[in-house]
Amino acid sequence: MSESRSGRYYQPVHSATQQGGQPDGRGQVREVPEEEVRNYYGRPVLKEPTWEWQIPLYFFTGGLAGASAGLALAARLGGNDMLARRAHLAALAGAGVSPVLLIWDLGRPERFYEMLRVFKPTSPMSVGTWVLSFFGTSTVLAVAHDLLGVLPRLGRISEGVSALLGLPLATYTAVLIADTSVPVWHEARRDLPLVFAASSAASAGAAAAILTPVGDAGPARRLAVGGALLELGAVEFMKRRLGKFLAEPYEEGKPGRSDKLSKALSGIGAAVTAFAGRKSRTAAVAGGALILAGAVCERWSIYEAGFPSSRDPKYTVMPQRERLRDRDGAHRG
Amino acid sequence: MSDQQRILPGSGTTDPYNIEGREAPETRPLIPLGQKSYDGDQQPRMGFFTDTTVCIGCKACEVACKEWNDVPDTIGELTGNSYDNTGGLGADNWRHVAFIEQRKPIYLQENAHLGTPAVEGEPDFRWLMSSDVCKHCTEAPCLDVCPTGSLFRTEFGTVVVQEDICNGCGYCVSACPFGVLEQRERDGRVWKCTLCYDRTKDGLEPACAQACPTDSIQYGPLDELREKANGRLDMLVEAGASDARLYGANEEEYGMGAFFLLLDDPEVYGLPPDPEVVTRKFRSLWGPAAVAASALAAGVAAAFIGGNR
Ligand code: SF4
Repeated sequence: MSESRSGRYYQPVHSATQQGGQPDGRGQVREVPEEEVRNYYGRPVLKEPTWEWQIPLYFFTGGLAGASAGLALAARLGGNDMLARRAHLAALAGAGVSPVLLIWDLGRPERFYEMLRVFKPTSPMSVGTWVLSFFGTSTVLAVAHDLLGVLPRLGRISEGVSALLGLPLATYTAVLIADTSVPVWHEARRDLPLVFAASSAASAGAAAAILTPVGDAGPARRLAVGGALLELGAVEFMKRRLGKFLAEPYEEGKPGRSDKLSKALSGIGAAVTAFAGRKSRTAAVAGGALILAGAVCERWSIYEAGFPSSRDPKYTVMPQRERLRDRDGAHRG
Repeated sequence: MSDQQRILPGSGTTDPYNIEGREAPETRPLIPLGQKSYDGDQQPRMGFFTDTTVCIGCKACEVACKEWNDVPDTIGELTGNSYDNTGGLGADNWRHVAFIEQRKPIYLQENAHLGTPAVEGEPDFRWLMSSDVCKHCTEAPCLDVCPTGSLFRTEFGTVVVQEDICNGCGYCVSACPFGVLEQRERDGRVWKCTLCYDRTKDGLEPACAQACPTDSIQYGPLDELREKANGRLDMLVEAGASDARLYGANEEEYGMGAFFLLLDDPEVYGLPPDPEVVTRKFRSLWGPAAVAASALAAGVAAAFIGGNR
């Protein structure tokens, strides 16, 4: 490999922020020091994701549905039928909205069924499509049994199936985005699932705490508060592990603002739920709503970070250069 | 040596593969005409070797590709980036010629028959030109993640999108480490180089390779191309081009069905220096998800400690 980084090159090293007029939100333009990354006119190496707002919203609704099904089963086994029913309704709502969002986001929505003609274990999207399909079916059956009393045997089994499928449903979306070449997603592949699981737990707990009378909602509140706190911690841990450079897209601009907003909402929501949610339904509803909003913002932040990370070539080139340097070093050493 | 010959090294006496009396290898590999059947044994893996050192930046490949494949035209604004007004690969550009201007002597010009002409009065200036394309990866991330099976591997070992199946989910766009795939506006589906599947099935070479006047783009069985590329690399290194290197020719690093001979770091051409097959890391992708799912189950159960109030 060439070692001639002598500065004799005519080609200036751009940062895409400078080139594409994509300032970091405060109108600032960041210069990348010349020695840092070489590139082609600051143009992106990767393409930006095609996914729009439906996708981060689906991460939220899918997570909410998945964890709610688990909460419902646990409540049933614990003899808390009130909580079980409300959590089931949350699961049903999430399972109903999710496919709509997913199909809406397709470039050719009328061809959604093409995904139902194959099963590809190498594609998290294919795996997720099937998980969501079966989850939706079993949740409908479980709720039908619960509300109408029909299909007693099948309804019971469906409750279990929903709870079980809810676990992958709440976490596979992390694998979905990690299984891409987008640096801030792929490099965070070890930590994203926990963030998503925690966020799902917080959402399910919060939704059930809103829907259930306070006397029966203790477990929901505990799940909401625990999930929200774990979510905050898991995001920070993820950023720490990514390192200063790759954590940048999560911390600057739009994604950074979303993250801060999420922390404020979830933090306050958790405090309200923990200290007042037990006594007052109003407080439980307010706290739950704040936690839900915080979870949406966190999904948003993670989704948004993928864009600057694909757009600016330095996020692609730098880690790869470092990898090459390490490998070269290992060869020589 | 006339200027004409210098500009078109593939022609006449300045064959870049026939320096100092070496024997020129076949530049147009022969494929049995009319072979159409799907036969992995008889059909070797086919691909592109793009020798950027003889590229003259004429963009004939871009034009031929658009013509043959009916790719929408993309006449846009001037980018100001040398002669590159195409910008990059995408749904409507399946070949993209990059132009790089560098303060670097072109001493190699005479010795190694480079494609780029000298600029008068600028002895310390060189142009790098390179025609980029889909890499038709050995382990293609786009193909791994496609949830419909629209992306498939042909009998030539190339990677093609079936447009009658693609539903525009966009997963492949983010999976490709080279930013090749793109959703076409208003169409909704993704489009990319097919390595002229319709032509190769009939034993023809892809349109870009046929149009290239300097044989900078060569089509053929991949192992033959690799051998040829290694020969060319040796030649260049002997002539003093210490910067020359092959990109994508090593199956142990990242195997590409379309590989390149470059004169500088890949990132200078807009290519990732060390691409990865992101989709083959099953353990680090799914392992943490399994742990997180278990944690979620445990968390839900734990929430019931302490009763219902
Ligand atoms: S270069 Fe990109 S589009 Fe082409 S085969 Fe590889 S991953 Fe797929």
